[in-house]
Amino acid sequence: MVALPYLWLLLFFVVPFVIVLKISFSDVDLAIPPYKPLIEWIGKNSLAIKVNFNNYAFLFTDPLYIHAFLNSIKVAFISTLLCLIIGYPMAYGIARSTASTRNVLLLLVVLPFWTSLLLRVYAWIGLLKANGVINNVLIWLGVIHEPLTMLYTPFAMYVGIVYSYLPFLILPLYANLEKMDWQLLEAAEDLGCRPWQAFYKITLPLSRNGILAGSMLVFIPAVGEFVIPALLGGPNALMIGRVLWDEFFSNRAWPVASAVAILLLILLVPFMMWYQSVQARESAGAR
Amino acid sequence: MNYRRTYFILTCLAFGFAFLYLPILSMVVFSFNASKLVTVWDAAHSPTLKWYYALLNNEEILDAAWISLKVAVTNASGAVILGTLAGFGLARFTQFRGRFTLNAMTTAPLVMPEVITGLSLLLLFVALEQSIGWPAGRGITTMTIAHMTFSMAYVTVVVQSRMATFDSALEEAAMDLGARPLKVFFVITLPIIFPAILSGWLLAFTLSWDDLVISSFTSGPGSSTLPLVVFSKVRLGVSPEINVLATITIGVVTLMIVGVSFWMSRAAKLEKAA
Repeated sequence: MVALPYLWLLLFFVVPFVIVLKISFSDVDLAIPPYKPLIEWIGKNSLAIKVNFNNYAFLFTDPLYIHAFLNSIKVAFISTLLCLIIGYPMAYGIARSTASTRNVLLLLVVLPFWTSLLLRVYAWIGLLKANGVINNVLIWLGVIHEPLTMLYTPFAMYVGIVYSYLPFLILPLYANLEKMDWQLLEAAEDLGCRPWQAFYKITLPLSRNGILAGSMLVFIPAVGEFVIPALLGGPNALMIGRVLWDEFFSNRAWPVASAVAILLLILLVPFMMWYQSVQARESAGAR
Repeated sequence: MNYRRTYFILTCLAFGFAFLYLPILSMVVFSFNASKLVTVWDAAHSPTLKWYYALLNNEEILDAAWISLKVAVTNASGAVILGTLAGFGLARFTQFRGRFTLNAMTTAPLVMPEVITGLSLLLLFVALEQSIGWPAGRGITTMTIAHMTFSMAYVTVVVQSRMATFDSALEEAAMDLGARPLKVFFVITLPIIFPAILSGWLLAFTLSWDDLVISSFTSGPGSSTLPLVVFSKVRLGVSPEINVLATITIGVVTLMIVGVSFWMSRAAKLEKAA
């Protein structure tokens, strides 16, 4: 019964990575497809395997790629923190409201997720550009006289990423906080704990798995994000997902793009495994 | 509960939801704006439906929407079959060879950056074409396969979590009464997890309908989906027609979500009453 999905994922999810790995070691070629075969029959009985480390060497010598990797990690990390700061009180508020309010609020969190990401990111262009909604309102209020430059800056990119990934953080965090025994907080306060202390000593540690799961769901995809930096970040927003895209589509350098993908994967796999173990702990705790 | 804390939480909720809904609201409002300058409200001629007419006469967008619809429906149906089998297997059978691998393979696509999934699937299709001649070129088929691969992971999670909450005693009772495993699955299990399957289908449909990155890698000439067309338009600047498209999408999604959740809460109440 599980054989069908198993084989499907093996063929279309695992095997492709092997091919990416293979192509990351091959030479760029002006042909279709634009790479040289790794394994070749030369003459009658000899097989030549050419493993080429140039693509990786290239990535480590050109500061652009290292910069893009580091910048992606920085952007993803800061975005995850911002999502936590905005999302934690929201998840907490939803978990502590009455059952009927809770359903409505959850629906409101989920709803944007069901409408196209591309369209929602596009909406921010209209809000942030020089003669956009935010500038027009601020000028009309007299707060500023010259429009602020917001679009095509790192600020716009952060807004876009936090905005798009916020629901992914709120939902697992809510699922975790919902199971919390709130009497623990009352007990702590009865015993003289101040509300902030009780939060710090009880709620925060107990929601650790929810925080971790939500943060991973933001951090991991955000590192490789393409759409948001491409639309809001401007030409200087150097993110690794965008570098991969440009290598592939603009430069037709498939082996270099593959090498970027492999390095990105090596970077992210520990986080993915961490996420999976957190998930396993969460569902074990639920039972 | 203490008042200061309540106010703090309420303020956070209000700001958070304003943040989530401000962009959506602005698209809806400006879809009725007469000015071509999209974000400058032309009070003299607005509100108007002229961009709605323009969108309905835009062949490029309509063709792309039709392709998107075909891909999304095929994808959702396939992903639901694969995802339900995987979710059922993972939830019911706690010990089988390859369980760990299957679990990892259904979790990883949820967080995998799309550029990696897209690139790897494209390279697979190219390698397959070179060695066995299938698929001949890239287009709707390759795109649908790619979409099914990541959507089925989402369906698996939804089905698996529904399976975790229902009482397996029901299945055991049916088996004790002599029902064969296949009959138990179709008569007992399937109806109970049907809400999860329905949400899984809708989720898979939406993921496919919205996907840009993986589609860019795996589509070919003549198979431009709606996101691909929208992305190329948006890169050239804002366009009033995109606001209309967004408003229609939001309208349909809202009706669908509200409808399904209403139906589900009624079904849950009936289940409790019975």
